[in-house]
Amino acid sequence: MLMLIMRHELLLVMITVILLLVELFLPADRKQKIILPALILFGVVMILGFIPGPTGILFGGMYTTTPLTLLMKNILTIGVFIVFLQSVDWLKKEENREKISEYFLLLITTLIGMEYMLSSGDFLMFYIGLELATIPLAALAAFERFKEKSAEAGVKLIFISALSSGILLYGLSMIYGTAGTLYFDEVLNGINGAPLQILAFIFFFAGMAFKISIVPFHLWTADVYEGAPINITSYLSVISKGAAVMIFTILLYTVFSRITMMWKDVIYITSILTMTIGNLFAMRQRNLKRFLAFSSISQAGFIFLGIIGLSQLGMTTVIYFILVYIFSNLGAFGVVSVISNRTGKETIDDYDGLYRTNPKLSLTMMLALFSLAGIPPLAGFFGKFFLFAAAANQGLYILVFIAVLNTIISLYYYLLVVKAMFLNRSDQPIAYFKSDGYSRLGLALCVAGLVIIGLYSPIYEFINQFTFGIY
Amino acid sequence: MNILLLLIIIPILTITGILFAREDKHVRVISAIGMTFQLIVSAIIILWFLAERNAGNTAEILFASNYVWYETLNIHFYIGVDGVSVAMIGLTSIVIFAGIFASWDVDDLPREFFTSLILLSSGVFGFFISLDLFTMFLFYEIAVIPMYLLIGIWGSGPRQYSAMKLTLMLMGGSALILVGLLGLYFNSNPTGGPLTFNLIEIARVQIPLNTQLFFFPFLFIGFGVLGALFPFHTWSPDGHASAPTAVSMLHAGVLMKLGGYGCYRVAVFLLPQAAHELAWIFIILATIGVIYGALGAIWQKDLKYINAYSSVSHCALVLFAILMFNETAMNGAIMQMISHGIMTALFFALIGMIYGRTHTRYINEMSGLMKVMPFLAVAYVIAGLASLGLPGFSGFVAEMTIFVGSFQYSDTFHRVATIIAASSIVATAVYILRVVGMMLFEKIRNPEYELITDAKWYERLSTGTLIFGITAIGIAPLWLSTMITGGLGPIMQKLFLAMN
Repeated sequence: MLMLIMRHELLLVMITVILLLVELFLPADRKQKIILPALILFGVVMILGFIPGPTGILFGGMYTTTPLTLLMKNILTIGVFIVFLQSVDWLKKEENREKISEYFLLLITTLIGMEYMLSSGDFLMFYIGLELATIPLAALAAFERFKEKSAEAGVKLIFISALSSGILLYGLSMIYGTAGTLYFDEVLNGINGAPLQILAFIFFFAGMAFKISIVPFHLWTADVYEGAPINITSYLSVISKGAAVMIFTILLYTVFSRITMMWKDVIYITSILTMTIGNLFAMRQRNLKRFLAFSSISQAGFIFLGIIGLSQLGMTTVIYFILVYIFSNLGAFGVVSVISNRTGKETIDDYDGLYRTNPKLSLTMMLALFSLAGIPPLAGFFGKFFLFAAAANQGLYILVFIAVLNTIISLYYYLLVVKAMFLNRSDQPIAYFKSDGYSRLGLALCVAGLVIIGLYSPIYEFINQFTFGIY
Repeated sequence: MNILLLLIIIPILTITGILFAREDKHVRVISAIGMTFQLIVSAIIILWFLAERNAGNTAEILFASNYVWYETLNIHFYIGVDGVSVAMIGLTSIVIFAGIFASWDVDDLPREFFTSLILLSSGVFGFFISLDLFTMFLFYEIAVIPMYLLIGIWGSGPRQYSAMKLTLMLMGGSALILVGLLGLYFNSNPTGGPLTFNLIEIARVQIPLNTQLFFFPFLFIGFGVLGALFPFHTWSPDGHASAPTAVSMLHAGVLMKLGGYGCYRVAVFLLPQAAHELAWIFIILATIGVIYGALGAIWQKDLKYINAYSSVSHCALVLFAILMFNETAMNGAIMQMISHGIMTALFFALIGMIYGRTHTRYINEMSGLMKVMPFLAVAYVIAGLASLGLPGFSGFVAEMTIFVGSFQYSDTFHRVATIIAASSIVATAVYILRVVGMMLFEKIRNPEYELITDAKWYERLSTGTLIFGITAIGIAPLWLSTMITGGLGPIMQKLFLAMN
């Protein structure tokens, strides 16, 4: 029964094993057949995740499961499921047919890594989880290896994650050196704000900042996002970032809670930098993948407003916002992905007059972008409002004001896309096409999420009941 | 069920109907039916409200319903109306009703047009019935955003530029409002109990003066942007000039009133001491706005720009009156919102109809229109006379009340401000009479104008409704002003305490 504590990870491992075995026996020309079973298996696991089960500690405290981590894992799993739905069309392409099961395997492996990371009870497990989540991503980024940009993205990602892991590890070693342990509970008591521990925190922060792509550690983001296959980009920008933010928040709230006064300012400044610089760069992008890359950088800056809330409100809102963000960003990426697969067009100018040829896709895109910008009654409005409330709770009205001004800037560039789709006319708009069923299902899920998550308040209350006592 | 909920449900049903309409032609019929119902419901609400008041019901808020929404944050969906908001609801339903008929001949993407228009109006209705600051803000933003598409897709002239400018400036205003609202929320319970967004409850709390002084500018300027507070009014001329007819109507007629109403209901009501302390700054700005808008209108040649600047002037007068903090002026402010709302909607409707016939909006290119389209021309004259405050129309009642109220202060500052603001009436007369003279009278210079036909039935219906509105208020203003005064009690009480 102890194994049930680790059920999310174990179920995912089971899927990977099954997929590996099936892959062995499938003839080369029938590899496509694996898509549907893989999706169904994953969907079943997603649903199983919601069944309540035991929580507790394994491996002498290295691995812990709490209702909160379960909730986070479920949120991530939903996101990954949508990513899978959106990638079917792309996987069926001629050049990817050979590697369909690899795609599933690698992606699920990174998810397993993230789940271990979320459930970690000490820094070693945390680090292993982080690496497991990162390394396969480099392979995925270079998935279209015949494309120069994709290969380049893979190399960049592996280099940057090696660098950031090194920095992170250096910080962890200093923590170990000063606190004498790596277990979260014990480190918590061992941290007293000694200079070396401050340094350790800075290294730890820098390492995490690379993963979340916080300014000034964001320079890799746009290139990798642009080069990687689009579904990997959406995965990187949503799931990968979401998981890192969640564990980062928990660590700040628990392990580093004794030195809150130290990291509060760091968060404050990086938050402003991240929002502002992410926004300013996003304004100038014409390629939608780069555009969304910078927009997702600035969104991370907004999430920091929740972290700086230093309260249950902050914790709940961070998770809630990530949930909202998953649906919003996947909605936007889903549309970009569908259009890119069918037409190969990826710039904003290509979207001129899209509404008149493909109204449904345009509407989905508009809703997703409006949600990212925080326009009611979409979910993004509620997420942003609560983030601002969390920061205002600490009396940081100036920060809130800067953040709200940033939402105006972000609204400007989101409106540029809306403008292209709805206002502009084009001589050669993207012709009407019918997207595949999987993508449509994925997009429909996103739109449903965007509408429901905000208006239906029990979702927020549901998250809130798990975050009690974290801060 | 609460009758106020109908004000939100009907637009939603109408939009659903539009989306499922089989042909594009049905869309406008469905919208018209929906908004007719909306008008009827509003009329019932007003009559019912008056009946309740006559029956001696003196509760501060009538038709109140309170539903818990976000329990942890104590956010409620709390609706209810007092004399002021009931009047605003009446205004909104008249303007949207006329707006639907004024845009009867929209043929480019009609489905999307009417959906956005009605969505916008539902945001406005929601704003006026909300008593919870969170839902109020939510509806406020719902009312602003469809504007981008409405101006951007169906507008004219530099529509993309105007749409972007308008949206960003208004959202900038809402950014300020958001900070102010959060400030109110986190100061709503000084004893440490649960915080609240509930407007009525916050009004009972004594917020420390320093906090008030910090947040008042956020709220007043934030709402002021939408209420065309100088120097944040620059979105308004461009926006109105580029917008399609119905949108200009709704925007100048109703949406700008959201700003004035917000200043009144949120900024001044909840932070009265700060309002009292800082009023002089905003009185100066509002006075500049009044006179600047009027003088700006004189210099314009484009009909829509003339009316847009005139709106800036009239809306600044609303803010001016609110800042006078006495019952007469405050009453005048609300009257002015209603009166200007209907009047400017009439103007924009007429401009749209004239433009549809002459294909120009420049007054020096038009002449002698009275001969070819007598109905529209007479309507224009009526709107003009109402605008310059001729007795018998609503404009007179409103402006008269405002200036009587503001003249009650005997110090030099208020006197000078009042005199300057009142002198805008002269400027108004100049630009109105000039337009009427140049455009409607004289001989027809352009022979093509001989072929112009007069208003069609839907145009007559649209303008007729609005003319009825301004004359009804002008001839029998007493019931309206009594109703409004009834709603002013709590705010006057708070202001009285704050000023003494």
